[in-house]
Amino acid sequence: MSEARLMQGNEACAEGALAAGVRFFAGYPITPSTEIAEIMAEKLPLVGGTFIQMEDEIGSMAAVIGASLTGAKALTATSGPGFSLKQENIGFAIATEVPCVVVDVQRAGPSTGLPTSPAQADVMQARWGTHGDHPAIVLSPSSVQECYELTVQAFNFAEEFRTAVIMLMDEVVGHLREKVELIENLPIVNRKRPSVPPDRYIPYENNESRIPDMANFGEGYRYHVTGLTHAENGLPTGKPEVAGKFLARLTSKLDLYLDRIQLWEEAELSDADLVAVAYGCTARPVREAITAARREGLKVGLFRPITIWPFPAGQIAKLGGRSFLVPEMNNGQLVGEVERVFGPKNVHRYNRIDGELITPSEILEKIREVMA
Amino acid sequence: MFSEISEYFRTEALPHIWCPGCGIGTVMQALVRAIKTLQLDQNNVVVVSGIGCSSRMTGYLDFNTLHTTHGRALAFATGIKAAKPELDVFVVMGDGDAAAIGGNHFIHAARRNIDLTAIVINNSIYGMTGGQSSPLTPHDKRATTSPYGNLERPLQLLAVAQAAGATYGARATTYHNQLLTKVIIDAYNNPGFSLVEAVSQCPVSYGRRNKFKTPADMLRWQKEHGVMKGHKEIGDEEFFIGEIFRAQAPEYTREYEKLRQRLQRGQR
Ligand SMILES: Cc1ncc(C[n+]2csc(CCOP(=O)(O)OP(=O)(O)O)c2C)c(N)n1
Ligand code: SF4
Ligand SMILES: [Mg+2]
Repeated sequence: MSEARLMQGNEACAEGALAAGVRFFAGYPITPSTEIAEIMAEKLPLVGGTFIQMEDEIGSMAAVIGASLTGAKALTATSGPGFSLKQENIGFAIATEVPCVVVDVQRAGPSTGLPTSPAQADVMQARWGTHGDHPAIVLSPSSVQECYELTVQAFNFAEEFRTAVIMLMDEVVGHLREKVELIENLPIVNRKRPSVPPDRYIPYENNESRIPDMANFGEGYRYHVTGLTHAENGLPTGKPEVAGKFLARLTSKLDLYLDRIQLWEEAELSDADLVAVAYGCTARPVREAITAARREGLKVGLFRPITIWPFPAGQIAKLGGRSFLVPEMNNGQLVGEVERVFGPKNVHRYNRIDGELITPSEILEKIREVMA
Repeated sequence: MFSEISEYFRTEALPHIWCPGCGIGTVMQALVRAIKTLQLDQNNVVVVSGIGCSSRMTGYLDFNTLHTTHGRALAFATGIKAAKPELDVFVVMGDGDAAAIGGNHFIHAARRNIDLTAIVINNSIYGMTGGQSSPLTPHDKRATTSPYGNLERPLQLLAVAQAAGATYGARATTYHNQLLTKVIIDAYNNPGFSLVEAVSQCPVSYGRRNKFKTPADMLRWQKEHGVMKGHKEIGDEEFFIGEIFRAQAPEYTREYEKLRQRLQRGQR
């Protein structure tokens, strides 16, 4: 059974979280993400869950991690300034391997910026905003439907891989209204619980899957959770060989699952001379521009990373021999990842950072220019 | 180790990191004795801490333990308690942890009157980072970042908690450690946000710079300056110990549960 409804991206994200089984939300209001908190405040107590408006984003992120440790699927949502504040505890969630989902509905500008204007300027913050070497999963929806489905996916990844997953939305998809099919039977993944009794439980076991089984607080498995680099038993360690082993597992744990984590869409690539690499809201005008360009006989295709971190570099590498155009609503962030694959020679940029959307005609013009 | 409470410790985590003469171990013992007296189910107890010497306590305790980020322990604990109110949640913090970087979370946890038992280990200093002044360093006392004496005045943490909406507040010292155990028990039994200020000694980062030659001198100072509340007025450098305030107010998680049930009955 599915239900089709007209809704905003933020609303679809909230619905996706509910479909995934979210039972806890902690947040702090900030445009353009606030609707997610408002919907959670209304709906969570109805399903036996908990909504709490915290005193700031640092506290929100902390509360989400605390809730997840008790077994609740937990969500928070914010935008640039709040995303900055969450970084310390995002790092904590990643290092302690506590599943949770963080939505960042991007807005324009550094600092307070242009609060109601769209941007895609947190791509690097989503990857490297918290300190230290760490894995990151970052998803980028470009339609309202995808806001729904990817939020479910984000929870699934968070639970399966025991990490903080970032839904990197933007003001456009967050506030856009589109028809959405609320698919009801999407696969739902829950964290793997220990299969051994408490006395044999190794909370941060260096097992083959690289993902230790997770016991929730209050279920008889007493263990220690710390942001200090820890041994397999969860206790802090200063021993280089133990620290090294833990960090090697932590930083490589997603590598075993890239084929499932890296999602992308491609269109009209088979004969394309130019590949437009576009994600999030920018993929929308790019699609239109490609249709127009094709009418002019310009062979352009689309590669749309849905998972932007870990960046699907392997897929991009298969497109060698062509030129690339990477339009972004920032000063050039993801383009660096394309350049890492092929070098900068045939990789073109198109950037806008004034809070205005990139239009199809701007992109078409750029396509003409590069293909001339 | 005292055998009657050894079951509450992770012996594999020992030896502990604390300096000889440090008071944190005494506070840890008082907490464990309180939990033993209360006969709480070990599996149901969560102890959350921030960052600092005090906060390293969680590593040694055999409960569900969470050693968080500097100043954020109460916010993590709020998430735990709100998501699973049946857990018994204790929060251990340092004075800098709770009053400086965590001041905002402290005020709001008190304001919500969420059922957490908070223990602030007040050693008047940033111990872990080597003796910088904290918001609880007394006026004129010396620290590495107030080498000529502290120009600022210390925060009255219990008064802040009370003003913000906490429903129980008490103070004891590592010298008065039986009182400390007792007020932790009372704090736990209060259904709401409870604060215990545990005055403790840091001989290494505070005592040395402030004319305390030995840890014993610091305990003697506590003995001589801690005045049981209600017995007499306090003089210079003296401070009240015992129960400082108690109040009644709705508790956050119980109110939230009432809301869920009201909604279930279809009443918005
Ligand atoms: C965000 C952040 N800032 C600074 C520090 C460094 N730091 C670690 S412990 C500490 C102060 C500890 O003092 P207190 O809370 O009084 O605890 P004590 O060590 O005295 O028990 C500081 C500043 C940190 N770990 N994290
Ligand atoms: S520095 Fe002070 S507070 Fe820290 S362990 Fe040593 S004596 Fe205790
Ligand atoms: Mg201190």
